[in-house]
Amino acid sequence: MATNTSDVVKTTVMTSDDVKRSLMRISHEILEANGGSDNVALVGIVTHGNNVASAIADNIYAIEGTKVPVGTLDISLYRDDIATKLSPVLHRTDIPFDVSDKTIVLVDDVLFTGRTIRAAMDAVIDFGRPRAIQLAVLVDRGHRELPIRADFVGKNVPSARTERVRIRLEEVDGVTSVDILGNDVGTAQNANSALQQSDM
Amino acid sequence: MSKILLKGARVVDPAVKLDKIADVLVQRGRIACVCPAGDCADVCADTTVIDCSGKILVPGLVDLHVHLREPGFEYREDIASGTHAAAHGGFTAIGAMANTNPVIDTGATVKFALDKAAEVGCVRVYQYGALTKGLAGTQLAEMADMHRSGAVAFSDDGMGIQNPQLMRRAMEYVHIFDGLIIAHCEDEDLVDGGVVHEGLVATRLGVAGQASLSEALAVHRDIELARLTGTRLHIAHVSAAASIDAIRAAKAAGDIRLTAEVTPHHLFMNEDDLDLTYNTNLKMNPPLRSETDRAALLEALLDGTIDTIATDHAPHAPQEKELEFELANFGTTGLETALSAVITHLVLPGIMDWATLVDRMSHRPRAILGIEPVTIAKGSTADITIVDPEAEIVVTKDWLVGKGKNSAFLGKTLTGVASEVIVDGTLVLRGGEII
Amino acid sequence: MSMITSRHLLNIEDFTNDEIYAVLENAKTFKEVNERPIKKLPTLRGRTIVNLFLEPSTRTRGSFELAQKRLSADSLNFSASASATTKGESLIDTAQTFDAMKVDMVIVRHKYAGTPYILTQNMDAHIVNGGDGINEHPTQTLLDLFTIQEKLGRIEGLTVGIVGDIVHSRVAGSLAPALKRLGARVIFVAPPAYQPVVPEALGAEASYDFDAILPELDVVCLLRIQGERAQGLSVPSIREYASLYGLNAARANTLMRKDAIVLHPGPMNRGVEITPDVIADPRTYVLDQVNAGVAVRMAVMYMMLGGDADE
Repeated sequence: MATNTSDVVKTTVMTSDDVKRSLMRISHEILEANGGSDNVALVGIVTHGNNVASAIADNIYAIEGTKVPVGTLDISLYRDDIATKLSPVLHRTDIPFDVSDKTIVLVDDVLFTGRTIRAAMDAVIDFGRPRAIQLAVLVDRGHRELPIRADFVGKNVPSARTERVRIRLEEVDGVTSVDILGNDVGTAQNANSALQQSDM
Repeated sequence: MSKILLKGARVVDPAVKLDKIADVLVQRGRIACVCPAGDCADVCADTTVIDCSGKILVPGLVDLHVHLREPGFEYREDIASGTHAAAHGGFTAIGAMANTNPVIDTGATVKFALDKAAEVGCVRVYQYGALTKGLAGTQLAEMADMHRSGAVAFSDDGMGIQNPQLMRRAMEYVHIFDGLIIAHCEDEDLVDGGVVHEGLVATRLGVAGQASLSEALAVHRDIELARLTGTRLHIAHVSAAASIDAIRAAKAAGDIRLTAEVTPHHLFMNEDDLDLTYNTNLKMNPPLRSETDRAALLEALLDGTIDTIATDHAPHAPQEKELEFELANFGTTGLETALSAVITHLVLPGIMDWATLVDRMSHRPRAILGIEPVTIAKGSTADITIVDPEAEIVVTKDWLVGKGKNSAFLGKTLTGVASEVIVDGTLVLRGGEII
Repeated sequence: MSMITSRHLLNIEDFTNDEIYAVLENAKTFKEVNERPIKKLPTLRGRTIVNLFLEPSTRTRGSFELAQKRLSADSLNFSASASATTKGESLIDTAQTFDAMKVDMVIVRHKYAGTPYILTQNMDAHIVNGGDGINEHPTQTLLDLFTIQEKLGRIEGLTVGIVGDIVHSRVAGSLAPALKRLGARVIFVAPPAYQPVVPEALGAEASYDFDAILPELDVVCLLRIQGERAQGLSVPSIREYASLYGLNAARANTLMRKDAIVLHPGPMNRGVEITPDVIADPRTYVLDQVNAGVAVRMAVMYMMLGGDADE
């Protein structure tokens, strides 16, 4: 994998500090938009959004001193392309609170086609009837295929469709950065499954 | 009638101590001469000359155990198609079992079968009559009448006679005309619904098994009854080592007239051939047993404890075989593959010589039935089988000429096949094709 | 690519050890779904599954049906009484009929061994064996394994007793070889007539003595005793069977380990292979098995149907 040309970093669009600052700003924006943290709950989409959600929850605690509920969601069973693509291992969906009448902030690392978010909204609604669903993403790279937009965006990263946007987070990867990787279409299919799953 | 000159075959007939290259001239249903290759002078314009160099010429083969299915089950096989299959497999004569519909259990039905065979059959058919009326195992059939009508043996093959007293009475009765009884040895209580051998295969396939003892116990019983009654007894389709032990011991005692047969599928296959594809062509009764049983059968054939190879040719229609394993009918066809299987598995590897093959597949079966011997000698009836020992066949449904395509050997490649068959001086198979 | 290598689940051998563990792992997710107020996933929307039950079955069929409904598959139930599918009516025709209707998967239950294989030869759909004669019942095995792993935390190294009419049990036919393969020790505990001809072929040892074996067992898997089979020929009476091989409170309290668990594929004969007080014993997980059954079958169908279409 390391020698794969598609893994060659073309541009680093966010450094570790950039990511931290963006997440802090998003945290403030969530609080501002919702008039505080009352009745707000975060649902991070595995396998990266859950880590972003934890970071935002930590920020909110630092800012407000309140602990917002955090859930994790695996949208594998809600994908619209199960017939051709399959998530071999299902991750645990854990939403340890009642979503009804709460403002649910879905959290993901990258917003791309919007299909993951569509699936995530369906999944959340299967747990109950939230008062509202909002969306926070660290990176919006465009190329939407559904009428979906994020309420809170860390950074808009213009990218070619064939390029890949890699998000690394300290908790998972030991280092935090957002990079655009080489757009070798031929080898892109061998890409890291976590990246593939980050959007559909 | 035209003459046939069979040139240059290796003629093998242990009955006349013959194993050499020779020419054989056939005329008016008889062998006119057997002379050194190229020496046969008596050739005229209407002589059919067949070059048999490289081939083996033997007295016509006999299969003692065939289900011709006519009358009643002509959709499976009939006398015409069954005898075609016999000729295709190199047999010049077959013994036909009585389990038709109606059952061959009267003089009239024996006569029907023999007349029909004479009319449409291309090999000789020896008809067997039922031991009990309707094969029901309860009342003796009119065996003397059947004997007078031409039945050469009596059997309820397809089912075992469960009542020992009835078997005893049947054996006593055929003593009137020194008849032969062919016993299908099966204790139904011990079989208890089993459809495969009670061994590894039953556990592996998850179906009920039948113990070897279900056969061996009945073999023991019938041997003792034959000893009691003095009747000629032939044990059909022996499948279990335990049965062999009983037969060997009885033959060693020397006080009864006992013979036995084994099928090619029991000789060359075992329970391990059954896998999770549940091939119903490997479902037969008695079932394919263990490798130990198979090895014992082969040993017994080679040492003469088992007298003959008989096929238990049991044709079935696709709708009777393409079913759930437990629902499918028992039986495999055998006429067309027996000789090739024996050559492939026994003769070519050097386990059995040609003379022994002739003894087991031609001379002994005739002796068992007590019919006229056939030898490759001047004056003998011209029932002749010529074998191409090198020809290779792949057993496919298309290659089989009989109606029944349910061969346990489907898909197998076999070496050695009948190329010519002459019955009563007439060529019925030439170049492997039915004439 | 579907993540299961085998296109069909005819016998438990069709799944590798890794695939078995993957099913058990994914089943946890489905088990969680089954706890939700809205027990519904869109996962198999648009896929058609036929439940071809040619032998009466309430539990297995109900379990598969619920699993299909919760995955949003369209399912069709086709049942026939055993008497209607006697000789002469061709399973092949049934298979080809459903093949012509373009179904994605068939769950088949039949009283004869090997029938799922016949279906694979006559249709394109994925075939899942829902129990064939006395041969195999692989999804029952998966749910048993799930329950064992959930309650005891492992399968490897356990000693499992399967008690009852083994030779006529498709449950044992799948469970024993799977347990053996996953590193458990399997002991068949039954009177001679109920022991298979070659227990080793299923990876098991055989014992006639329940009382001697019981203290060794981590898992006691009881099988249903069919009354009609028990009487007279195989064992003298149900009463005597129960006295030798029934799990009653006396046995459970004195001989069974405190940390052992009791399983039963159901339906139970109360008072024969298991007494009501043992059913109520906290070590008995019969209803957990039923619960796991839906989740495990959801996992199997998801993993076999997901990713199987051409891109």
